[in-house]
Amino acid sequence: MRTLFHNVSVRRLISALAVMAVVAVMTGPAGSTETPTAGFTGSFAEKSSFFGMFETVRWVPFLFLGLVFFSVWSLWLSRGQQVKDGVAKVFAAPRAAAERRPVRWGIAVLLIVVALILPHIITDPFWQAAMVEQIAVYVLLAVGLNVVVGFAGLLDLGFVAFYAIGAYTTAWVTGALPLPPLFGIHMDPFFAIPIAIVIAMLAGIILGAPTLRLRGDYLAIVTLGFGEIITIFANNLYGITGGSQGTALIPHFSLHVGPIKYLWGLTPVPYYYLTLVFVVLFLAAFSLLEHSRVGRAWTAIREDEVAAESVGINPLKYKVMAFAIGASTAGFAGVVTASQSNNIFPSSFTLSFSINILVLVIFGGMGSIFGVVLGAIIIQTGSMYLLHTPPAGYQPSDLYVYLGALLVMMMIFRPAGLVPSRRRRREIRLSEAGEGHADEVLTGDQP
Amino acid sequence: MTLRREFWYLFVGGVANGFLYGMVAVGYTLVYGVLRLINFAHSEIFMSGGFAGYFVMKAMIGSSVPSGFATVYLIVIGIVAGGVVGAIVATLLERVAYRPLRRRNAPKLAYLISAIGSSYFLFNLAGKEFGRYSISVPQPYVNHTVFTIFGAPVQLYYIVILIVGVVMFLGLDRVVATTKLGRGIRAVAQDAETASLMGVNIDRTIAMTFIVGGALGGAAGFLFGLGTGVVFTMGFTPALKAFTAAVLGGIGNLRGAMIGGLLLGVVESLSVVFVQAAYIDVVAFGILVAVLLIRPTGLLGERLGRAA
Amino acid sequence: MSDRIFDVQNVTLRFGGVVSLNDVSLHQNRGEILAVIGPNGAGKTSLFNSLTGVYQPQEGTITFLGRDAKPISIIGKKAHQVSSAGVARTFQASRMFSALTAFENVKIGAESHRGIGVLGAMLKGPGTRKDEKSSDAKTFKLLEFVGMTEKANVVSASLSYGDRRRLEIARGLATDPQVLLLDEPAAGTNPSEKIQLTELIRKVRDEMGVSILLIEHDMKLVMSLAERLYVLNFGGVIAEGTPEEIRANPAVIEAYLGSSSVTTEEQA
Repeated sequence: MRTLFHNVSVRRLISALAVMAVVAVMTGPAGSTETPTAGFTGSFAEKSSFFGMFETVRWVPFLFLGLVFFSVWSLWLSRGQQVKDGVAKVFAAPRAAAERRPVRWGIAVLLIVVALILPHIITDPFWQAAMVEQIAVYVLLAVGLNVVVGFAGLLDLGFVAFYAIGAYTTAWVTGALPLPPLFGIHMDPFFAIPIAIVIAMLAGIILGAPTLRLRGDYLAIVTLGFGEIITIFANNLYGITGGSQGTALIPHFSLHVGPIKYLWGLTPVPYYYLTLVFVVLFLAAFSLLEHSRVGRAWTAIREDEVAAESVGINPLKYKVMAFAIGASTAGFAGVVTASQSNNIFPSSFTLSFSINILVLVIFGGMGSIFGVVLGAIIIQTGSMYLLHTPPAGYQPSDLYVYLGALLVMMMIFRPAGLVPSRRRRREIRLSEAGEGHADEVLTGDQP
Repeated sequence: MTLRREFWYLFVGGVANGFLYGMVAVGYTLVYGVLRLINFAHSEIFMSGGFAGYFVMKAMIGSSVPSGFATVYLIVIGIVAGGVVGAIVATLLERVAYRPLRRRNAPKLAYLISAIGSSYFLFNLAGKEFGRYSISVPQPYVNHTVFTIFGAPVQLYYIVILIVGVVMFLGLDRVVATTKLGRGIRAVAQDAETASLMGVNIDRTIAMTFIVGGALGGAAGFLFGLGTGVVFTMGFTPALKAFTAAVLGGIGNLRGAMIGGLLLGVVESLSVVFVQAAYIDVVAFGILVAVLLIRPTGLLGERLGRAA
Repeated sequence: MSDRIFDVQNVTLRFGGVVSLNDVSLHQNRGEILAVIGPNGAGKTSLFNSLTGVYQPQEGTITFLGRDAKPISIIGKKAHQVSSAGVARTFQASRMFSALTAFENVKIGAESHRGIGVLGAMLKGPGTRKDEKSSDAKTFKLLEFVGMTEKANVVSASLSYGDRRRLEIARGLATDPQVLLLDEPAAGTNPSEKIQLTELIRKVRDEMGVSILLIEHDMKLVMSLAERLYVLNFGGVIAEGTPEEIRANPAVIEAYLGSSSVTTEEQA
């Protein structure tokens, strides 16, 4: 029995079946404590669908899929290298080209042009709204979190807190909160932008300055807690935030400059263009930042904090700065969302939100602005597609299961992400080869 | 209620909570000791222990509430179920989310992300499979007041927690102090490289550490579920507090974890006098930040090897 | 007294119960090439780390004569503040920013003392451009100085030991130091690299006027390079003098002969 279990093929078979069991549960119908095994014993497909021909319980096809997976896996272990080499040959030239800057610029310009004409191609109201609320804003958030996670190498799990701060600041400044507005006047959301950025940045500095001195994982857990705390306050400070009912009547953006008068109304397209302008500005600023002395200092700290300090870099200052820049980007995104949707509720500022943004950064490739933007577009479009035309048995909350699984899989199979940043990829390789001092595990830690 | 009675009432509840925090905190501390990282997914080990206990209780308890010997038997069964499932989940976690990264000598950030991803995956999967609502666990006893301290009632539930907590912790303390496994854990905690040169099997030691920590976390999950019911998100807040307890006692320090848990449980419970109940979690968070600022090594200091 | 770039008085450094430096007093004159030698675990690296703000000794004073001959107390300062004051260093097992190129490594040193300037960086105004240009020029000059111009764009992890040493020296010099601390610069280099290194160190002092303080095991290199030496053993200074004096000092001979069997754990 014991020797059987130690047989490589047997173990592989068990792993393959286990993976398929997890997939069966993930893709299955929602269960309850009365039917906790719905993922296995539910019916495989609706009668009307194509799969209805194979009317059966779910574990049968998934057992079959497990066996298929086992065979493919075994085959891959014996022949995989040939396939890999073949694929590498096909992609070698385009990849080399993509690493050249002119090509990257070309792609960037092309993307902007596509982004500009997109609302005229996609006229479905669902997708037009999604493009603003779920894609453009999320790109902005992902690019902001990328400064923290990608550039400075700090894990922030409470990103939502700063987004909430931005949204509530907008409500405050425009007079939509029970709290009297700043200076006693109801301002346009445009004026909320600098105020929200400053307040979110201050919150980031206040939270970051003490905790960034400590080990990186402490920061992660403190930010995780902070995200929850902000929600608790938003829910309970009735006199200030309006409590769990949230607040409505946040005005739209409007422009009154001389003869020009424009009000961003309920339709998403004007908001789309406004957000697009902001996104492009932030992207440009952050890519200049990456290649500036600040970006180099972040890289130095990430790679070897002791050496960085020995050449006069103050690690704390740079970390706090990255944290503050991330926070203020989230705060800014909060302004856009609050004004666009008119209302905010504490229940929308959850841990799931922070994790969602983290997934965009990790999937795209931490530290790579291009990758993060691409990752955000792909994942958000995918999740919106699932919401718009859900497959049988899919529920919106299932998305979180997929996102969690994606995070783990990225770390196992492609830690540098879809479009890795060159520095990051090198770092990960060097760390794996035992070179460099980028946050070592199992070999002592820094005090 | 007189002030003194109220104090003791809160104190007793705080001690009971403190034991639960301590049992979970031990899991953080053990893993931190050998891997030098915080196991973010520990909250889901706790949650799976809670659900395991729920299903066992549901299967074994009929319409009448058990008493006497049956109660003891059911509680032991529940703890074993919670502990075993907790250990299994911990092992899977180590295998799937950590070991591949350790093989590659991945940077620390990768571990943290992998851990948070697994935690998120697990609790949402539980929500999908078991429903996204809270369920109360069938009780293996009638929860009554056993005796009073200065007029404050001490319930049977608290006594159960107390006994289980004390037994588990003393057992663990012995295991780490005297057994071969314990020596292995301490050796890896002090210096993994040297330990492996001295013939300690690092992979095995790490796996066993996850099993021990997972069993305690799962058992704590069962006890917690008994009192407050089970729900897929049940791990989040207790785990955050248990982590606070571990830091408070000195992360990597076993006794510190238990003492930190008790201290946090009591302080948090008593804080109700000063702040609204809704802000109780804020108090725990405040303690975490304060400890990190003032004394990041905790009350008893870091390092598993030195203290146990 | 006035021209002592480093003045260390009665410094004691403890880790828990272990005394790493015991009542150490020494000094370095400006423009001097000074060496600290001693057996393994004698406290050399502890001394280095105390001089650069990495460790904080419990007793004693360390005074550094900064840029305007202004005395600065090192104890209580953080490593980056010590660097800004004009103390540069290299590490025992050289610590590069391994995923960056040689050029980027030196450039980070060259620009680290400028203010942070996030807004400037994001807008990339004329001031930022000018700064970038002057940093680039300085970086090229230093790479040329250490003879690594042709390897400017090589990722530092793939450089040889000798090249890494030279690059680390360039990175240290980029911070405009008054004194350069070298922690076993010759470790892991081959004989011809060793000769180049000796010449480079001398050139740093002669052409740039930077004082040199080095720890070294290689006696040949130390004796040919240093103008004065201190010998450390068991955390204390046991001898001081010119290379000739040290060579003839019985206490030193005793320490070195006796040390091969007695090794105490060095807190590195």
